Parts: sequence; structure tokens; C-alpha cells
Amino acid sequence: MSRYSAWAVFKNGFSGQKNWDRQWRDPEPKKEYDVVIVGAGLHGLATAYYLAKNHGIKNIAVLEKGWLGGGNAGRNTTIVRSNYMMPGNRYFYEHSLKLWEELSHELNYNVMFSQRHHVSLFHSPAARDAAARRYNTMRLTDTDGELWDLDTLKKEIPHLNYNNARFPIIGAAVQRRAGSARHDAVAWGYARGADRQGVDIIQNCEVTGVTREDGKVTALETSRGRIGAKKVGFAVAGNTSRLWQMAGLGNLPIESHKLQAFVSEPLKPLLDHVVVYGVGGAHFYISQSDKGGMVFGGDLDWYKSYAQRGNLPVVQDVAECATAIMPCLGRVRLLRHWSGVMDMSMDGSAFICKTPIDNLYLNGGWNYGGFKASPGSGWYFADLIANDRPDPVIEHFDLGRFKRGVIIDERGAGPDPKLHG
Amino acid sequence: MIRINCPFCGERDHTEFSYGGDASIVYPELDASMEEWHDAIFMRENIRGMQSETWHHANGCRMWLVVERDTMTHEIQSVRPAHKGNAAVLSTTDTGGEQ
Repeated sequence: MSRYSAWAVFKNGFSGQKNWDRQWRDPEPKKEYDVVIVGAGLHGLATAYYLAKNHGIKNIAVLEKGWLGGGNAGRNTTIVRSNYMMPGNRYFYEHSLKLWEELSHELNYNVMFSQRHHVSLFHSPAARDAAARRYNTMRLTDTDGELWDLDTLKKEIPHLNYNNARFPIIGAAVQRRAGSARHDAVAWGYARGADRQGVDIIQNCEVTGVTREDGKVTALETSRGRIGAKKVGFAVAGNTSRLWQMAGLGNLPIESHKLQAFVSEPLKPLLDHVVVYGVGGAHFYISQSDKGGMVFGGDLDWYKSYAQRGNLPVVQDVAECATAIMPCLGRVRLLRHWSGVMDMSMDGSAFICKTPIDNLYLNGGWNYGGFKASPGSGWYFADLIANDRPDPVIEHFDLGRFKRGVIIDERGAGPDPKLHG
Repeated sequence: MIRINCPFCGERDHTEFSYGGDASIVYPELDASMEEWHDAIFMRENIRGMQSETWHHANGCRMWLVVERDTMTHEIQSVRPAHKGNAAVLSTTDTGGEQ
């Protein structure tokens, strides 16, 4: 398959840009694979890519019940940041951000990663102090972070509501290296990169059963027949509990909730940064896509659900949040809104871990934060599957942390999944 | 919008209610083992399909209800008061199902 370059675009110009190779094959499933990953979302595809690239394992299948990148990979607000503070999250997300910084070159695919700053507003001295603690922790652990006072913020983003906001803005915590990326391109880039190394990406292939013999998973029953596997990785956040139960493993510290995202009609350049705030029951994040659409979102729909469609009360809540902070959006029309199913975990943090079954590995529990995590998640999940032991960076992302009492509750919300925003 | 037929107030928008969670969870005795408490606090079946769950009519009668709802279609099968005693005190006759 050809490498993408300016020269390739020029050369294909002679044949009307009609002779490009397919980006990935559409293979029939083989009888058996060394590793089968369930879920061709960002995490599954990244895992397959790094298994092949970093660990030399080539006989891999990625199974997808729908189409590639059609789940939460295509249903997020594309924010990338690493402003996590808790041990367990801190180095993981920073590693992921470092992978983002090189991702377009790594994949030979423009993922349009734009380090446009993540600007997290605060509205009270207490919130400023909490942000100072968090961002100082980041600075002490080799990540950039800074606090902007009100004058700086007004200069950088003059059109926020500084006049009569219900919760007056007093400043912002900023991570300059954070930003956004093109979500589909990430899925496609990893898929193409994995496929080029021999990984079979098998779409329209729903797992319907997990076959276990002698304490090991030997095969997956799928809508396209039985597929044998020496090792299996689940990367199906949103539906993790269902696969877990198919494997006969019982309950998980996860509930499935739905989260909506929104995009407006395209506008001329309006917002150069990712702007976020959360205060007094409001929760809101917004950025502008390269096509001009305002991409934004807010809270969960507040009740457990597997439905990939949102409910209207949250549309109203989010619209109120938007106009509260950027009144200039008042007459902008909404173009689309959609909903994805999140694995909301009991402490708001993820799982990349071994399971009670020797050759089965779990990747899930990503809450709101799966998009930014996907390169790091694939990196460390591949490492876990290849070497059968967790890297120290992810050793706290296991299922046993609740029993040990070392939960990673970044928000301090307690064991109520819907509260971990 | 989900419409919940509160046995005390009648059919109302779900925005009047606050979501509790899985109603099948029962806390063990205080001196039960760590294992039992761990499972009750942290572990969930996370059903896709009909689930029994609690809702609080926070902006209405403030009663806790047990609602059987499909987590895929959001269809509601039944609604009943969570606390039999309270319902009896309020001498409600129409409780929308068994108690």
C-alpha cells in the first residue's frame, strides 16, 4: 500500500485522483488468530497497531459488530489533554498526550491534532486554589500548566460572558499542549496502519458468545462464525458488561450511561481554544472544528442507558450552558446532536488489566475520557497482552483497586458512576 | 422525555425525578464480610434490557419509587413506591401495581 505524501497527491492527479489504494482490506476471518481484539474503535485499533508495531505480533484480528469507528470513536467532542492529577492517571495521560504530538507522523495520516490550549475556567477562589494544586502537580511531573488571571483571559478570549454571568469568571487554568483532533482520522489512521502490518479488521462481526475450555478462552462465537484465539482483548467501552457476562465473569464496577455531543452550523473562526467550565451544576466544554462547527457537550443524561440516542432535557441544559458562557452563540443553529454509550466506572477511572481468565485482557471503563486516552490505551494494552503483565504506569488500572481501597477518584465523587463527569 | 407514572402524583416528566440506580442492590448487615460490602457498593450487573431501578420524585412528592424500565428502549413496565410503609401511611389505593 502506498505511503501518503505531497508527491503521491501530485502523481495521482494525473489519473484524476481515482487510483488510490483502499485504506484497509475487507478480509474474511481466518480460523484462528494469535490475538483477537473485540471492538474496532480507537482503543481496539490502536491496540492492534501497537501489538504489531511494538511487539512484532502480526496474526491479529480486530472484530467490530458495526462499522469501523462507528461507536464512541465517532461520538465524542475530540478533546485531548493530560491535566490529570491522581497517581495512576498522571503519567498515563501524559504519555498519551506525547503520543498524540507525534501521531500524524507515526501513522502517515493527518489526524489534525491541534494544540490550541485547553482553557478551564474557574469561578471562585476555592476553584482557583484547587486548579492551582492540580496544575502545580502537573508542573512537578513534567507537564505544562499555567493559571491565567482575568486580564490575560480577557485578552486571549475576549468574547466570553464577563459582564453578567450567573457565576462570574475570575480566571482559568490552561494547558497549552492540549487541544483537539479529528476523531475519524484517528480511527482511520490506526486502521490503515494496523492493516498495513497484516492485522485483519473484520467489520459486521458481532461477538455472540465466548467459548471457554480448561479455564481459558479458546474461541469467540460471532455473527461470521467461530473464530479461534490464543489471546483475547476486550475493548468495547459502553458494552463491556455484556461481553464480560458472555465470558461468564459476572458483575463489573461499571454502569452504561449515555453522553450527548453537539455540533452547530459552520461559522467563521470564532474560538481558538478549547473552553471548559463546571460550576453550580453546570458542566460544559466547547471548541470549534476545522470546518467551523462549534463542537460542544455537557453532562450525561443522568439515567442508565444503552440507547445511542440522547434525550431533549439535556439538549436544553447544554444550550443554557453555552449561552451562559458565550452569549454570542444565542442565535446559532444546532446542526446535529448524537449520543454514545459510556462505561461509567465506580471511581471515574479506566481499566487496562488482566482478568480472572488467563488469556483474556480487559480495556474499558473510560467514562467521559476515552478519546484523549486512546493512543496511550492502545500502547499499554498491547504491552499488557504481549508481555502478560501490566506496565507500572497502568498497574493501578485493575479491577482489584476497589478491594484494596486505592480508587482513582479524580473528581472525588464517590461510588456513583453517573457522577464521574 | 421519559414519562414516569408516579403512584402519588400521576404521570410526570422524568426531569422531575432524580435517578437512584439499580434497585436490586441490597446492603448487607453492618458486620458482613468485606467481600459482601465490596460487591454491594461497587459491582453492578449493568443490565441491557428490563431493569428494576430507583427514582426519587425530587421535584414532586419526594417519594422514592421502584421503576421497571428497559435500559435499551426506555420503555417503563411498572412503577411502585419503594417503601411499602410510607405508601400505607399515605393510604394510597392506586399504587400502580403490587407492593
